[in-house]
Amino acid sequence: MWQYILKRLFLMIPTLLGAAILIFFLLRLIPGDVCEIKLAGAGLYVDQEQIDICRKNLGLDQPILVQFWDFFSGFLTFDLGTSMWTGRAITYELALRFELSLQVAIMATLTAILIAIPLGTISAVRQNTWIDYFVRAFSIAGIAIPSFWLGIMIILGLLIGTQAWFGTPWMPPIEYVPLWVDPWANLSQLIWPAVATGYRYSAVATRMTRSALLEVLREDYIRTARAKGLKEKLIINRHALKNSMLPVVTVIGIEFAFLMGGLVVTEQVFNLNGLGKLFVESVTNQDFALTQALVMVVVSVFIFTNFVVDILYAWLDPRIRYA
Amino acid sequence: MKFPSLKFVVPLAAGLALSFGMAGTASAQKRGGILNFVVGSKIPSYDGHIEGTFGMIHPIRPFYSTLIRVNPDNPQSPTDFICDLCVGDVPKGEDGFTKYVFKIREDVKFHDGTPLTADDITATYKKIIFPPEGIASARKAFFKMVDSVESTGKYEVTFKLKFPSGSFIPSVAMPFNFVYSKKDLDEKGYTWHKANINGTGAFTFVQHQPGSFVEGKKYAGYHHMGADGKPKPYLDGYKAISAPKMALRLQAIRGDRAAIEFRGFPPKARDDLVKALGDKITVQESDWNCALFATPNQRRKPFDDARVRKALSLALDRWGGSKYLSQIAIVKTVGGVVFPNHPLAATKEELVKLAGFGTDVKANRKEARRLLKEAGAENLKMVFNNRGVDQPYKVVGTWLIDQWKQIGVEAEQQVNPSPVFYAKLRKKSDFDVSIDFNCQSVVNPIADVTKFLGSAGNNYGGYKDDVLEKIYDRLLRAGTEKEQRVIMREFETRALSDQVHMIPTLWWYKINPHRSYVKGWKIAPSHYLNQSLDQIWLDK
Repeated sequence: MWQYILKRLFLMIPTLLGAAILIFFLLRLIPGDVCEIKLAGAGLYVDQEQIDICRKNLGLDQPILVQFWDFFSGFLTFDLGTSMWTGRAITYELALRFELSLQVAIMATLTAILIAIPLGTISAVRQNTWIDYFVRAFSIAGIAIPSFWLGIMIILGLLIGTQAWFGTPWMPPIEYVPLWVDPWANLSQLIWPAVATGYRYSAVATRMTRSALLEVLREDYIRTARAKGLKEKLIINRHALKNSMLPVVTVIGIEFAFLMGGLVVTEQVFNLNGLGKLFVESVTNQDFALTQALVMVVVSVFIFTNFVVDILYAWLDPRIRYA
Repeated sequence: MKFPSLKFVVPLAAGLALSFGMAGTASAQKRGGILNFVVGSKIPSYDGHIEGTFGMIHPIRPFYSTLIRVNPDNPQSPTDFICDLCVGDVPKGEDGFTKYVFKIREDVKFHDGTPLTADDITATYKKIIFPPEGIASARKAFFKMVDSVESTGKYEVTFKLKFPSGSFIPSVAMPFNFVYSKKDLDEKGYTWHKANINGTGAFTFVQHQPGSFVEGKKYAGYHHMGADGKPKPYLDGYKAISAPKMALRLQAIRGDRAAIEFRGFPPKARDDLVKALGDKITVQESDWNCALFATPNQRRKPFDDARVRKALSLALDRWGGSKYLSQIAIVKTVGGVVFPNHPLAATKEELVKLAGFGTDVKANRKEARRLLKEAGAENLKMVFNNRGVDQPYKVVGTWLIDQWKQIGVEAEQQVNPSPVFYAKLRKKSDFDVSIDFNCQSVVNPIADVTKFLGSAGNNYGGYKDDVLEKIYDRLLRAGTEKEQRVIMREFETRALSDQVHMIPTLWWYKINPHRSYVKGWKIAPSHYLNQSLDQIWLDK
């Protein structure tokens, strides 16, 4: 087992190196740089000399391999550098947005669980009835409707609805307030993106719950339970649902990881200052340093998650032989 | 024909009236309140001397003062400048307009308590005009006429010019010229202001949450007095909320999460807001000191032939385009090289004499076809490089494609994201014809028209025109407005009609719908101007 863990740890190094090389050189393939966008992007007159000074100050005039070494050695020593756009430490930029992204991810996950488990269970238990058809249609719609579109509809609906009912249009706050500072303001801003994202997320989980539960319900031990006269409620809750949760938990875990930095468009729609919005801004500004750091952080999270999952598999199921 | 409803017309008319100074003159200003506004761009740094985006100006400008500024009560005038940190009127110039002496206010203190003296102004302008090696200064090129800037007394600053220039005063009035404390520059360095703020503006810095908002609160020691005899500002504070998506900025005003957005919305957005909120919305509109051009790449054939460029300009129905495009995009006014409302701008009678500006579109296009045939460029096919921004680039680009089609030119529009667009235009010169733009802050025609010079850093046409350079040289040294006007027509005819180095489309049109309780703010011809917020009050 230890040999396996060490092997997996060493394998992380070439993976990270490969990701670093890819992201560094792919970004350099895009024409233009941050200085052009920063100084000439608004159409104001700017001397080439000023652009050259900017490039020099940011190290963009250095040979490409020197730039790469600066970036990669910094990453190895946990120094992500400074943003080319703001000049602030990248760790500061990330920390500022992490809290919001984490809260939205947690709230969306909770929303998804609250919708998916009951609906998926009812759908499986009442298979091929009108409830099942309704739940399936509801979940298919969740997959089909993009979260950002739903977000736009939610905002418009709130504006139009509140104006019609109360005479004054209302929309969620557009600036973030931490939960412990003002819980009401915080929740009134974040509940809507959590619902918009959680619905799509729940749709996947509902379908997974339904199919997993249907499979379990056909197992011999369920038939045995029924044969010995156990109540249906007990069979579902204690024997079937619990055992069908493994794939559902896996899906929820993967989705949760995706939400940390993956809510690119939804964050724009609700004006959330999260990691997804930061990703978009760093790309549009050609802030190479920030984009590279964000990609490397996401890559590291995924590599680490996979590592943990692999270890857990080996620990949970001894039949899986890695060595 | 369907006429807009009264519900729409009344607030619009009220807004227009306000913008022309008919409203907001009463001394009934109310004090207090927080102004929330949305900003569609980001803050690269706080240093006005190196940045060029409204994303910095809107949230940061209220913390600073400038030596002089565009009159906040008359921002529509491109020539009305008033003192901010100086006393009395803006100096007219001595010694044949080569010496400008500014008397500095003695009652101004920086937010850290340091009194302002002439040395602060001198140090600021030395940083802008003569920055040390390696220190960036985005507006250095605007001060090429300045020979020296010195403190000639504790409260007196003297600028000496190498030659008289009509662009000096407008350059001094640029809103980016934040006055810094000499002590800060000396002790903390020339880059300290990128991440720190210490100004003399109407508001003091409270906090900045990057990507989210900037917050300022009233500066009790501000040097300008309000109409009620007490120091400005009227507001207790403000919050500049970052909101990159236009739809969200619009909804924010509708849902009263923000009262105003200072850059501008397209006509449809204005109409939606007015329709939804009626008289709770006031609309201010103005010509905008930004213009879109199509720039042919004269390094490539057949665009090195003036006849081909002229044909491309003759194809455009500018007057008709103005009528229709102004309903869907933020463009409207037909104009030449100078901002339409400026005394140096061409009148309509002068404009129609330029190639492609005449009102007989049929005749223009017939001439265009003849020129193409003569140049051997019939059935011309070209790639048109455009920027991936809807307003107004993609709208105007699509219109251009159609206009050129009318003379048999087949243009394929390539819409590129900004970094790629810039690289093609600036770095690689990899285009046949490209959209190009000139967007300035203070209306400063003599500086702004350098865009048309082949030698200018922001000209991408790849041409050398010594005749035009010589005309410009004369323009630069012309002492009187009358003289400048005559030379400007010569310049315009050469650049747009004879050589057609660039093909003007339409000047932008600024539309600012805002909550009606926002009073005291008047629309300026640039989204960079009138952003000190010291005259704004809330009628709540």
